[in-house]
Amino acid sequence: MTDAGSGSGEGFAEGEGFAVGGNFAEGEGFAAGEGEGTYLYAVARDPLPAPAGVAGAPVRTIAHAGLVAYVSTVPLERFGEEPLRRLLEDMDWLAETARAHHLVVDTVAALTTTAPVRLVTVYADDAQVADLLERRENDFLRLLEHVTGRREWGVKAYAVQPAEQEHPQQSAEAHAGRPGTAYLQRRRTSLRGREQARRQALQRADHIHRALAAVAAAGLRHRAQDPRLSGRDAPMLLNGAYLVDQERDAEFADLVATFGGDGVELRMTGPWAPYSFTVMEAT
Amino acid sequence: MRRDVVAEERLPPERVALVDLLDRLLAGGVVLTGDLVLSIADIDLVHISLRALIASVDELEGSW
Repeated sequence: MTDAGSGSGEGFAEGEGFAVGGNFAEGEGFAAGEGEGTYLYAVARDPLPAPAGVAGAPVRTIAHAGLVAYVSTVPLERFGEEPLRRLLEDMDWLAETARAHHLVVDTVAALTTTAPVRLVTVYADDAQVADLLERRENDFLRLLEHVTGRREWGVKAYAVQPAEQEHPQQSAEAHAGRPGTAYLQRRRTSLRGREQARRQALQRADHIHRALAAVAAAGLRHRAQDPRLSGRDAPMLLNGAYLVDQERDAEFADLVATFGGDGVELRMTGPWAPYSFTVMEAT
Repeated sequence: MRRDVVAEERLPPERVALVDLLDRLLAGGVVLTGDLVLSIADIDLVHISLRALIASVDELEGSW
């Protein structure tokens, strides 16, 4: 136990400090049993009903220190470190777990201000989660305040090549030389043109990101998605996330719409729970 | 609702693209370490998941 746990234990020592919401009966699962852990999805300020979580387990709430943690019980034989290392290589398992986690977070976030917790965060029992809420109360409250009334939008920009063939004017200017030279010259010009186009596209992505971030409360760029993962051949120039005040949603969307076209295709996703803007390292 | 203004890719949670979801679930959210059993911070997950994803895409599409 940490100092906070023993020092100010009165918060939940009597088992009264954390009310457990939902369909949760007394006793069973309160502190996860032997071989079980408490999986944490999100922290909010209100207890609300949530759909089933990872591995199909019912989600319940732990209320403490003015905060509410959304959790479910998971078997450690699957959510312990060793099994998890293996399971994370299993695409089906990863997809299923990510979607279950997201469904819980998304459902709660649609109804109340929510700080999502990173995928697969497992505590030994509910008491540890209550302890966490107590120790990090101020951090969580600050985080929740930061995202109140705001939602995350994703904006992806792709470079779309209007035409892959050489431009007519390039062929024309290359006519003078012999065929081989002309070919090489044409090829060089084409490569240079492509490199230049790429650089311009990247600059444009920088510009788009800055403009969107200026309207948003916060903005950041995720790593560009691998074409093999995105299923799109077009190179991704921007994989941005923006935390936007709800009253400015329309303004933000209008702004996004102005940047499309002319070799750049934009895709907007969301609204998301504020995943990208609740990054907090807490021990 | 205002959100309808930007409806291009508004999808129910179960239809959100996995790759967009993993961007957020693996790089975002509150990261907790300390007295817990396991957190993703213990594992180089981005690396692992990317490999899993690419492997699975490779399987789907064969050689290319």
